[in-house]
Amino acid sequence: MLNYRGDRTARLIANIVMTVLSVCALLPFLLLVGASFTEEKAAVLNGFSIIPSQFGLGAYQYILKEFGTIGRAYLITIVVTVVGTALSMTITTLMAYALTKRVPGVKILNFLVIFTMLFNGGLVPTYYVYSNILRVKDTIWALIVPGLLMNAFSIMLVKNYFRTAIPKELLESAKMDGAGQATVLTKIVLPLSTPILATIGINSALAYWNDWTNGLYYLTDARLFSLQTILNKINENVQFLANNSDKLSGIVNTSDLPTTTMRMAVAVIGILPVVFIFPFFQKYFIKGITIGAVKG
Amino acid sequence: MYLKRVAKIKKYLPIYFMMVPGILYLLINNYLPMAGIVIAFKKLDWKKGIFKSDWVGLENFTYLFKTDDAFIMTRNTILYNLLFITLGMICAVSVAILLNEIRSKTAKKLYQSLILLPYLMSMVIISYLAYAILSNETGFLNKSILPLFGMEPISWYQEKKYWPFILTIINIWKSVGFSCIIYLASIVGINPEYYEAARLEGAGKWKQIRYITLPLLMPTVITMFILNIGGIFRSDFGLFYLVPRGSGILNSVTQTIDTYVYKGLMQQGNLSMSSAAGVYQSVVGFITILASNALVRKLDKESALF
Repeated sequence: MLNYRGDRTARLIANIVMTVLSVCALLPFLLLVGASFTEEKAAVLNGFSIIPSQFGLGAYQYILKEFGTIGRAYLITIVVTVVGTALSMTITTLMAYALTKRVPGVKILNFLVIFTMLFNGGLVPTYYVYSNILRVKDTIWALIVPGLLMNAFSIMLVKNYFRTAIPKELLESAKMDGAGQATVLTKIVLPLSTPILATIGINSALAYWNDWTNGLYYLTDARLFSLQTILNKINENVQFLANNSDKLSGIVNTSDLPTTTMRMAVAVIGILPVVFIFPFFQKYFIKGITIGAVKG
Repeated sequence: MYLKRVAKIKKYLPIYFMMVPGILYLLINNYLPMAGIVIAFKKLDWKKGIFKSDWVGLENFTYLFKTDDAFIMTRNTILYNLLFITLGMICAVSVAILLNEIRSKTAKKLYQSLILLPYLMSMVIISYLAYAILSNETGFLNKSILPLFGMEPISWYQEKKYWPFILTIINIWKSVGFSCIIYLASIVGINPEYYEAARLEGAGKWKQIRYITLPLLMPTVITMFILNIGGIFRSDFGLFYLVPRGSGILNSVTQTIDTYVYKGLMQQGNLSMSSAAGVYQSVVGFITILASNALVRKLDKESALF
């Protein structure tokens, strides 16, 4: 009881500091939202602020007007995220399950999986393989396949879960009953593995939703742009104009480009799904990190 | 004998079948590009393809290391990583200790969710957030904060000296919510009896942290530190490429190996240098990872990657 007071002060300090840190984490997002709801002229005059200096919905009207482009990008992002995550989970669980079995060659395969964490060919050969051999350029596959379908870390997570969390007796008795491997996997192992599936699922979905590099490397066809790719392209165009304004003045019509507040509004709608869907999966996300750290 | 083998293969067949998609993907996504490393030793001619282009030996590398770029990108990659790793670690451990002091479950979860939020965003979004703060004309700093102190607006995207700070702050802001999770988990795992005993001895909170929490957290900290050092040759492409918004003036403080490789490949068509830099990164990175893992293995076998 002697230090009860000390504990209370410590708790108070912890709460104060964490509140400050949380506000710091949130502030840039509030600024982004504030900026997106500001009347363009007021934004140019007074700058961005968390509470709009003059409230306006112009930026969102722009999104509605440009719904053909932005809505399409949104749809592509959703499709890529859903299809990509489903494919990725399937390939990963199949591979992880197979790697827990003692079949000839499994040791080498385990090594080949882990080796990808240590060494890679780098961007140039990867780009060459995907664009010249597999020809994914300007196809929807460019957003799904390169880099994101399977990774060693998820395989290790799932493999270790299968090894430790599924009772061996259960697998044995299923085998006695004459169940094949596919049946064992789908009827016994997977139903017991929802937590780890949720973990790799949320990791994969986040990776797909946030990916902008594949669009940058492999897409020139604007009809295939995902939301992140569009956001990046808008930036590139604005930067290009800003850096070459002297040479381009009069040639390019700058009013065709989305204004600053419009850009902020597109970013806001890109964030929304993550902010609203992620909290439901946060538990599994955090679990994935902690087990990953205990045994990577 | 023969029948036995057939039976065995039949038994294994479904397992191998399950591996097919994974193996195919390893092949196209990882091992074909690894073979493609030969590009760095050739004078690449897109028309002839990788394998038919002419060999030039180490020429690409000698050219690369004669340029100032090689030094600058290596220096930046390593120094930024050291900064990110050490400061990031100090912040993450501090946040974990603070979070552990909070008793209310709702408050704890709320704090954790909020500081994790930046980690969930793509670098494109982060670059928008940074722009909202740093923009010359409309940025929060220039329009709202600096005037409060009577300071003149600063052209953030044109001033080199600020960028080591800006990039470090963004990196830590983005990653601390994620990296504190590991330390929090290991603090939660500390036997409460230690604290009980310390309390009976009259040790205050600070002493408990100093003499119990921190020492017991040390193995995790050291392991994470060494593992992170293993990745010292890799950099966050998005952070260094997107956040400075292509400002050429900032090049000497924002160029890392990854941005150099990308620009060489996509913007300048400087393939030989770009691929040489890529191989340089892969090979040296491989060595640092092996070394760091060997060290971790020695200290704490369980935590080693392999």
